[in-house]
Amino acid sequence: MLGFLQRPVVVTADINLNVVALTAVGLLSRLWQLAYPRAVVFDEVYYGQYISFYMKRIFFLDGSGPPFGHMLLALGGYLGGFDGNFLWNRIGAEYSTNVPVWSLRLLPALAGALSVPMAYQIVWELGFSHCAAVGAALLILIENALITQSRLMLLESALIFFNLLAVLSYLKFSNSQKHGPFSPSWWFWLILTGVACACAVGIKYVGVFTYLLVLGVAAVHAWHLIGDQTLSNVRVLCHLLARAVALLVIPVLVYLLFFYVHLLLLCRSGPHDQIMSSAFQASLEGGLARITQGQPLEVAYGSQVTLKNAFGQPVPCWLHSHQSTYPVIYENGRGSSHQQQVTCYPFKDVNNWWIVKDPGRHQLVVNNPPRPVRHGDIVQLAHGMTTRLLNTHDVAAPLSPHSQEVSCYIDYNVSMPAQNLWRLDIVNRESDTDVWKTIVSEVRFVHVNTSAVLKLSGAPLPDWGFRQLEVVGEQLSRGYHGSTVWSVEEHRYGRSQEQKERELELHSPTQTDVSRNLSFMARFSELQWRMLTVRSDDSEHKYSSTPLDWVMLDTNIAYWLHPRTSAQIHLLGNIVIWASASLATLVYALLFIWYLFRRRRRVCDLPEDCWLRWALAGALCAGGWAVNYVPFFMMEKTLFLYHYLPALTFQILLLPVVLEHVSDHLCSRPRPSMAWLSQNGAPGVLLKREKRRSPSKRKAVPAGRTPRRPA
Amino acid sequence: MPPAVGGGLAGSELRPRRGRCGSQAARAVGPDVATEATTRSPKRPAPSSRRFEAPGRWALLALVTLMSFATRFHRLDQPPHICWDETHFGKMGSYYINRTFFFDVHPPLGKMLIGLAGHLTGYDGTFLFQKPGDEYEHHSYLGMRGFCAFLGALLIPFAYLTVLELSQSLPAALLTAALLTFDTGCLTLSQYILLDPILMFFIMAAMLSMVKYNSYANRPFSAPWWLWLSLTGVNLAGALGVKFVGLFIILQVGWNTVSDLWHLFGDLSLSMITHMSGIRQIMPHMPSTLHWLGLQVTVGKHLTARILCLIVLPLALYTATYAVHFMVLNKSGPGDGFFSSAFQARLSGNNLHNASIPEHLAYGSVITVKSARMAVGYLHSHGHLYPEGIGARQQQVTTYLHKDYNNLWIIKKHNTNSDPLDPSLPVEFVKHGDVIRLEHKETSRNLHSHYHEAPLTRKHYQVTGYGINGTGDSNDFWRIEVVNRKFGNRIKVLRSRIRLIHLVTGCVLGSSGKVLPKWGWEQLEVTCTPYLKETLNSIWNVEDHINPKLPNISLDVLQPSFPEIMLEAHMVMIRGNNGLKPKDNEFTSKPWHWPINYQGLRFSGINDTDFRVYLLGNPVVWWLNLLSIALYLLSGSIFAVALQRGARLPAEVEGLSQVLLQGGGQLLLGWMMHYFPFFLMGRILYFHHYFPAMLFSSMLTGLLWDTLLRLCAWSLASFSLAGHVHTLGILSLLLGIAYRPPRRLKALTPPWDVTKGRADGIVTAVLPSFPQISKYS
Repeated sequence: MLGFLQRPVVVTADINLNVVALTAVGLLSRLWQLAYPRAVVFDEVYYGQYISFYMKRIFFLDGSGPPFGHMLLALGGYLGGFDGNFLWNRIGAEYSTNVPVWSLRLLPALAGALSVPMAYQIVWELGFSHCAAVGAALLILIENALITQSRLMLLESALIFFNLLAVLSYLKFSNSQKHGPFSPSWWFWLILTGVACACAVGIKYVGVFTYLLVLGVAAVHAWHLIGDQTLSNVRVLCHLLARAVALLVIPVLVYLLFFYVHLLLLCRSGPHDQIMSSAFQASLEGGLARITQGQPLEVAYGSQVTLKNAFGQPVPCWLHSHQSTYPVIYENGRGSSHQQQVTCYPFKDVNNWWIVKDPGRHQLVVNNPPRPVRHGDIVQLAHGMTTRLLNTHDVAAPLSPHSQEVSCYIDYNVSMPAQNLWRLDIVNRESDTDVWKTIVSEVRFVHVNTSAVLKLSGAPLPDWGFRQLEVVGEQLSRGYHGSTVWSVEEHRYGRSQEQKERELELHSPTQTDVSRNLSFMARFSELQWRMLTVRSDDSEHKYSSTPLDWVMLDTNIAYWLHPRTSAQIHLLGNIVIWASASLATLVYALLFIWYLFRRRRRVCDLPEDCWLRWALAGALCAGGWAVNYVPFFMMEKTLFLYHYLPALTFQILLLPVVLEHVSDHLCSRPRPSMAWLSQNGAPGVLLKREKRRSPSKRKAVPAGRTPRRPA
Repeated sequence: MPPAVGGGLAGSELRPRRGRCGSQAARAVGPDVATEATTRSPKRPAPSSRRFEAPGRWALLALVTLMSFATRFHRLDQPPHICWDETHFGKMGSYYINRTFFFDVHPPLGKMLIGLAGHLTGYDGTFLFQKPGDEYEHHSYLGMRGFCAFLGALLIPFAYLTVLELSQSLPAALLTAALLTFDTGCLTLSQYILLDPILMFFIMAAMLSMVKYNSYANRPFSAPWWLWLSLTGVNLAGALGVKFVGLFIILQVGWNTVSDLWHLFGDLSLSMITHMSGIRQIMPHMPSTLHWLGLQVTVGKHLTARILCLIVLPLALYTATYAVHFMVLNKSGPGDGFFSSAFQARLSGNNLHNASIPEHLAYGSVITVKSARMAVGYLHSHGHLYPEGIGARQQQVTTYLHKDYNNLWIIKKHNTNSDPLDPSLPVEFVKHGDVIRLEHKETSRNLHSHYHEAPLTRKHYQVTGYGINGTGDSNDFWRIEVVNRKFGNRIKVLRSRIRLIHLVTGCVLGSSGKVLPKWGWEQLEVTCTPYLKETLNSIWNVEDHINPKLPNISLDVLQPSFPEIMLEAHMVMIRGNNGLKPKDNEFTSKPWHWPINYQGLRFSGINDTDFRVYLLGNPVVWWLNLLSIALYLLSGSIFAVALQRGARLPAEVEGLSQVLLQGGGQLLLGWMMHYFPFFLMGRILYFHHYFPAMLFSSMLTGLLWDTLLRLCAWSLASFSLAGHVHTLGILSLLLGIAYRPPRRLKALTPPWDVTKGRADGIVTAVLPSFPQISKYS
């Protein structure tokens, strides 16, 4: 207990002053005058608006990447006490005093600064000398493109940081595999690998390439582990399980965590609500939730509803009808039924109200108790303001002649009977009940007579249809498509018997109280899906470039221009570093192929451990460059120089590795390698000689076994 | 036949050197190990295969072939009207017979063969092939269908032989043959004038010859080795010559060849120089380079043989098909406009053929302006306005691929409206750097641009037709510049690459290559781009040129060389392929639909009275295939892990595992190669794209079940009935596959289809009209 009286308490610390110095220089280079310029620089205008949304906790949707990167930037704003009140509309606009520029830019700058000592660590862990490691760190330190990108509210530096962290921790892990598997540090680095990978993916989707690379290397190592027959089966299984959990399960969990926090933070409705489903919108404060609060949940016969199309293309809209009829003859000479138009209308309107009617009864009010409508029930839909019934028939639709016209039936007393029965098809009844519910249920209306499905064609009608969107009955009812799916957004139980009363009722807002809650997974999957599918119009940009321009540094981006002094910020690489790094990659590839071919002929130029080190360095650095670069050739989006920076970082790491290798093994033919030759070369030669003699023996054996085709 | 032959066969296929590679190979020190490896070559006891005598084998093959032909040729003449894409490929066959030039996104070989088959069987190319459902009447169509069915029928013996070679097991081969014979999808796809039977024929033939030449690996450079190797090359050329999908089998053969060469390279016994040891004694210090050089002779011979047969030969054949294509099609036809002016000059009947036009542009000339980017077309305008909300409501300007009166423009001076063709005025040539006005001949509106955003490319400016009878405003002025020329030079027709720079905004006239929506008749967008980067998009050349006041010169100097034609044809095809994008709101087939047989393709039949044809796989076959792939991955990884753990397997099991890992591995690779790339494709996809992959997956199924049942039989060896497990299993599988879908297709309607309630079955319910007919499938 009083042990410290007998023995002194000793703290031994190994401090690598190289690392400390590199960190200090890195911090200096990235943090020096960080708040200058006090103006919006380039993509800050883009990320800044999301920071403001976080500060105000307003929901938004950004298709460019998962939320972790945005949240990191927002964290900077939170620490600096930013209230989100700034209009991010123009590059070069001066920041107002309430914007904490320094703290907003702090986290990316820190990430950029810490990349410097990490480069050192990685090269060291790869088994190369301190000299090479310091070289790698210095190259990262002085690369001006990395400095520029780190000093602004941008995501690349954080992405690079987590990419490097993933590689570094994997290296630490695989090095500790030799001495202490399942030790605390082994577990720490393994799990950190998974977490860092998830963070990289969480910042930008391109992080997934580094993740896949690390997974690939881990898989190869695991495969060797399986082949290691000194380990027992159980132990191999434990190893594999630990890797699977840390590198597959944990990243997924961490990724989900980002979305969890994201959705937790953003709880208010905002400008992008319309893209999401009604159920999702209802889960946000304000907006739709305010409208739908307290609606009855189950749709019953007599319910008054508005029906929103689930597709939302070209605009979100509601099923609509009005007094006007289809013109007897269209411009192109085809005829119509001249019945009341049914359209889809992108604005809230009293004409969007429909009443669910039981075909067997005449009343348009809800019984007490309400009779809920279920999957497969036959219903009629009466338009609230005109009480005409939704109808479709074998008449070509105005703009999509392959499909059927949808109308509200007017009895002209010609030989055209009403065909107004619809079968309710609840698409998501598997995951929910088969009762038609407000907001939650996604339903299709299948026409009983023709089995056509009520569908939004999306084409805007000409002037006679007030440019509202065309709705058709389509028999191509295969598969699921959003344009055939509708959901009830506003809903109330109809109470008025008389038409006049009913019109008043329709004009009044819905009331009552229930709250809708979607599960996290449902919200996550919807949000993730929308983020992946939201279409950003691929616009050409003045500074956009192609991947080929990047290697030769044939492009730049002007980030900012001082309005008076013409001081400028440009993203431009250091041409010496870029060229020599590219050269190093080329040299590496050629040398690697040379060694590989010669090893195949059993000529070992490198000792085994040296070869393994060389191959691992190539797999991680040259491979890291390749996986972060080559996929851009296949991407169709607008590309910029900064997309190359993650690849460049890996390429820079390769440069000192190649230099050291060349100087050790190729330039000087020094003693170490000769000494090695004399040790290992002799048995090698012996082996080859014996090998060469063997064919005569070998030939004798298969000669008798020459395969013949059965004739 | 002595039993040793069976074992020898197995040994030849299972090439033991494949088994030891990487670290294992490094352990193989000394000659004793090498010989051990050869003797340890798995002796696969193939009890059932030994039972069949050679005549029996031939009889089986004949039976399989007969079955296949009988099913494929049964009622081939039905329906006697155009089915689905017959409308395209039959039409293209007719083009070959009529020698009119056309454009298609696929390489020419398949259509050429169809044309040839039609020609040989008396079809005269007069049928119009207008739309699906048209009756053939008196036209002879059976020859073309028969040709496709013949190739389609050969698929089954090919698959049979491939599996036999890979597994050395007759039951496996039979199972495969049965799977394919009884698959309704393969049957349907093989019966009509389509490219797919031809494509699949070449793919399977290439696979078979590759497997065959692999089996001669221990007798390299023998006559059959050469035969199969060169046949592989021929079939690769055929596959690529029919559709670009043939690239996948080329990749597979390429992968096989590379790994083969890699093993040869690592085989230290392959050396031609036997005096190496002597040299080494003389010069002990420089062993490695000589060693390196010396050993390469045999490997080099292998390499050369493969380059010759698998690269040079296919390329030569592929090029030859194009040579024939361009030689046969020498008349002007519907495909002219897709190609450059120089190319069109070759086609008789085209207005550029043997044409003579004025050489230099002058004011008053009537011209057509063509984009330098391939397959973009001519600057075009027509009497329709941009719809409201899309820029200014003025006349549309687009590019259009076809020749049309609306492509004609008149060059006028910017400041006068006097008619330059007035004979009293002298001819005035247009010079580099002049400011001009381009008046659309048909509508008399000027080419115009202004600060409104372009319809699709939002950062560019809109280009419109503006003004009445040639009177517009200063936004109609363009400066004409020749790329890389000095100011003041005249502008040559066809030769000069010109740019049109808008005087007021300083932007450059260009085509974005994007397809306008319906309101623009799906022509391509024309914009004025403010980014002055020099790209092909903004470079144009003058093609037609009419000016009565100028003397004409001949155009023969423009004849392009054959390599230029090849390159251009490929560029146009690739662009055409990329242009086949699904439209919004259209139900499209997704790759994940295919293996589960989610939804078929309607070939024929609009109403209840028609003969109805629906392409859908036999669910038993397809779902069995799907199950087999999962099972294969499971059993394959179990074996791989067991081998990697160094487990000592009994000889028989080891032999089976080799079949599974190597033979099955090749088939799985084939399946993946022919399936997964579709996930990355942006173009519109159809169900029938899956069929090459389905062939591989059926072969895998045959091989897998045979192997698994053998393993079962082996593990139950202690029971008396063990021997029958395998036989019974194979028999029950064969019977199960022969399941014939009930007559009413309704039963095949997937349960998740909403039409299931319909009384009259899937066919009428699914497609009331013709949107499914692919433009180019």
